[in-house]
Amino acid sequence: MTVYRPADAAEAAEVIAAAAAERQPLELLAGGTKRGLGRPMRTSHSLDASRLSGVIDYDPPELQLTAHAATPMAQIESLLADNRQMLAFEPPDWRGLMGSHGTSTLGGVIACNLAGPRRVRAGAARDHILGFFGVNGRGESWKAGGKVVKNVTGYDLSKLQCGAYGTLSLLTQITVKVMPRPETVCSLLFRGLSDEAAIALSSQALNTPQEVSAAAHLPAAAARRSQVTAVADRSDTVTVFRLEGPTPSVISRLASLRAQLGGGEPLQADDSRLLWDEIGAVRPLLAAHNRCLWRLCPTPAAAPLVQQQVRAKLPSSEGFYDWGGGLLWLSIDAREAGADGGAQVVRNALRQAAGHATLILASDAVRTNVPVFQTLPAPLAALNQRVKYGFDPHGILNPGRMREDQ
Amino acid sequence: MLKMPLPDTAVLACRAEIVHALRQIVPGEGVIDDASELCAYESDGLTAYRTPPMVAVLPETTEQVVQVMRYCHSAGIKVVPRGAGTSLSGGALPLEDGVLLGMGKFKQVLEIDYVNRCAVVQPGVTNLAISHAVQERGFYYAPDPSSQIACTIGGNVGENSGGVHCLKYGLTTNNVIGLEMVTIDGEVLRLGGKHFDASGYDLLGVMVGSEGMLGVVTEVTVRILPKPPGARAVLIGFSTIEGAGDCVADIIATGIIPGGMEMMDKPATAAAEAFVHAGYPLDAEAVLIVELDGCEAEVDHLILAVEKIAGRHGASSTRVSQSDDERLLLWAGRKAAFPAVGRISPDYYCMDGTIPRKRIGEVLSRMRQMQDQYGLRVANVFHAGDGNLHPLILYDANQPGELDRAEAFGADILRLCVQVGGVLTGEHGVGVEKRDLMGTMFTEIDLNQQQRLKCAFDPQGLLNPGKMFPTLHRCAELGRVHVHAGQVRFPDLPRF
Ligand SMILES: Cc1cc2nc3c(=O)[nH]c(=O)nc-3n(C[C@H](O)[C@H](O)[C@H](O)COP(=O)(O)OP(=O)(O)OC[C@H]3O[C@@H](n4cnc5c(N)ncnc54)[C@H](O)[C@@H]3O)c2cc1C
Repeated sequence: MTVYRPADAAEAAEVIAAAAAERQPLELLAGGTKRGLGRPMRTSHSLDASRLSGVIDYDPPELQLTAHAATPMAQIESLLADNRQMLAFEPPDWRGLMGSHGTSTLGGVIACNLAGPRRVRAGAARDHILGFFGVNGRGESWKAGGKVVKNVTGYDLSKLQCGAYGTLSLLTQITVKVMPRPETVCSLLFRGLSDEAAIALSSQALNTPQEVSAAAHLPAAAARRSQVTAVADRSDTVTVFRLEGPTPSVISRLASLRAQLGGGEPLQADDSRLLWDEIGAVRPLLAAHNRCLWRLCPTPAAAPLVQQQVRAKLPSSEGFYDWGGGLLWLSIDAREAGADGGAQVVRNALRQAAGHATLILASDAVRTNVPVFQTLPAPLAALNQRVKYGFDPHGILNPGRMREDQ
Repeated sequence: MLKMPLPDTAVLACRAEIVHALRQIVPGEGVIDDASELCAYESDGLTAYRTPPMVAVLPETTEQVVQVMRYCHSAGIKVVPRGAGTSLSGGALPLEDGVLLGMGKFKQVLEIDYVNRCAVVQPGVTNLAISHAVQERGFYYAPDPSSQIACTIGGNVGENSGGVHCLKYGLTTNNVIGLEMVTIDGEVLRLGGKHFDASGYDLLGVMVGSEGMLGVVTEVTVRILPKPPGARAVLIGFSTIEGAGDCVADIIATGIIPGGMEMMDKPATAAAEAFVHAGYPLDAEAVLIVELDGCEAEVDHLILAVEKIAGRHGASSTRVSQSDDERLLLWAGRKAAFPAVGRISPDYYCMDGTIPRKRIGEVLSRMRQMQDQYGLRVANVFHAGDGNLHPLILYDANQPGELDRAEAFGADILRLCVQVGGVLTGEHGVGVEKRDLMGTMFTEIDLNQQQRLKCAFDPQGLLNPGKMFPTLHRCAELGRVHVHAGQVRFPDLPRF
């Protein structure tokens, strides 16, 4: 087992070219905080990109930031905060969730296409990458996209790297779009709604012109775990909507939203921030000890039914809806879930709702045995395979991370 | 003028047989082989290039598209998809030996799903028709190209089109969540849906902006948004272009993302004013239109902020719309800038580079110098908020040599965009127009990697060939693996 730690992109390319020549699969990593995500890999060597770190170019009025791929997220976020800007897709911190400790990096966030509860308005990592430099599985340094917000020169290969989990190229330098940080934030909270009623209300809230920037529904068990007293104190379900923007606008929209939805309790800025961080981070709100954890992206309105069907077969399941993120998170007792981590039950329940489910947490054995990512119809799977071949013909970049053959 | 791939004489020799076979799939008037009727398809919005297709096919169902693709694939016939044919880069330019696949009959809005905030439409539905279909419930489809009355959502997907509102609400790619497509070998694939993301690689992300080269889109699911409760526009005149450029940067630096932020230079303003009589300041060197949308409190708050910033940058005039009619009037000139320029010049050539916003002033003054060099005038309208320039080069196609000069001038402008850190095209696509300039932005390795993606979708290169890539490689050649393991640049690195 050798760990290669290239000092720059050129060295990284040489490592990969050498690996390609000798058909030696490589695990690509930097901070290693999301190593447990995807299928467990069996590679004997790894390429640790951690030294490719540092912000290269940041000009706030240009709304873009370019950094080496392994630049720590904390560094990027504090730099942006100093300039009253942010990554609008709210990359969540999943270290608690994954039980990992290292430093999360920009490259990892992009490769896993993370997104937070603002997704409904701002999109995911894929919607914010403008361009990148990388190294493909042939060891060639290449680039796509650019540094400006509007660009259709060539295929959008930047998006393709998002959610590819490092199976297509090692990213060495990334340009992302940044946005102004809203001046203020507040949330509107409702208690005691059933899942169905909460989803109906969420739909109603998102359909108003009040620019709700996040919506979530926490069943009582999840709400009780929150650090926000106003959320945890009543042992009841909590449904919550977020408003952000210039102060006069938020005050006015809050009043309108309350009128339109018939009430609700405002949650002030600090509590609001903490709660949405918890929702993005997932872990604080769900039982995680000895559990299998699923991330479901269903057709929104069908989610309560999916949750009910899973619950009927696996009574230990509990979850919450990150509604702005289009997500239903489900945590299931690992013993009850069995050898497949509940895959059959979860994916059957999802069938009528369309969408897909990813097994985020489970033992290595379970994640080896069942598809972590939803299985694709054969023609689509074959196309994915050909795409992979076009970037990494020898299958040396994170082999098996997404599927047995990818 | 650019060269297109040489027509395949073997295919042309079988034309009658091909037309006959296609008629078995698409009956009646859906197959057009009459020379005079084919003229209607000979070019798209890049009218300097014209080639009538070998035959045009107008299918009505996905099944027909599947059959056409299977047939063309097995017979080795090229296919060029077309929506409304408004592409400004020649993306829908037909091939002499190719089938032009017109998607204009796919005109249905299939489903409006307010609960999940999306609409499912066929690709031939126009951009504006989507907004019309959902307006009764106060919704709209955000990307709004100026061609929105005519252009189709299928074409928007092909080009990843943008519009005035994209600064705040994103481009086509950020507003399309699902597609049905037919591959060159006649396979029907579904990418995405009403939910976010999809399992596997982000092929939806790659399809948007793929210029009809990866598959034929047969259904599109788009996000729809509740209309903002209000919007007002501010018209600001500046005595220098630099002042206008700095104002744009400052508005954004202050943390304001306007619903739209557009700039016109003096020649464009004059042309637009003559056309719509909106009351634009004719003495200004640059005019900025900034639209703020949202609730009343927000709009009022931001208008004040923008007026203040404009004052700091030496605005010579400011006018805030007092009614929605006035707001629309202020926009009318900008939206009609192309036809307006069309009235002051027999022909114009519309460019589409994007540059970092801070270089706007510099690039515009370089362009003014180039005008003398080429002996042609330029009017500039552009999406200032995102640095996307649309220089309109005025020329007269009837004057010998002017088109060539206009093209050379345009290419120089695009090279300048790349030189200052920008890109060749912000929203109109590469097509045939910018194909041969791709090398100014990308290395051969970059372009080969792009083509390897194409190979994954279309290994024989039958879908819309001759576009986007300056040199076409065979997929077999690209698939060959050359590993340069012999060249050791870093001998100190550990070896496997
Ligand atoms: C006056 C004018 C103003 C314009 N303003 C703007 C603007 O503001 N912003 C902007 O972005 N663009 C603008 N455009 C450019 C153009 O309107 C857009 O590129 C538009 O999206 C093209 O749509 P279309 O239906 O005309 O597509 P076409 O021109 O027919 O085709 C465009 C591309 O998409 C492919 N294609 C079309 N349909 C399909 C399908 N079903 N499946 C697969 N591929 C397909 C074609 O092969 C081609 O490569 C303007 C054009 C004009 C003439």
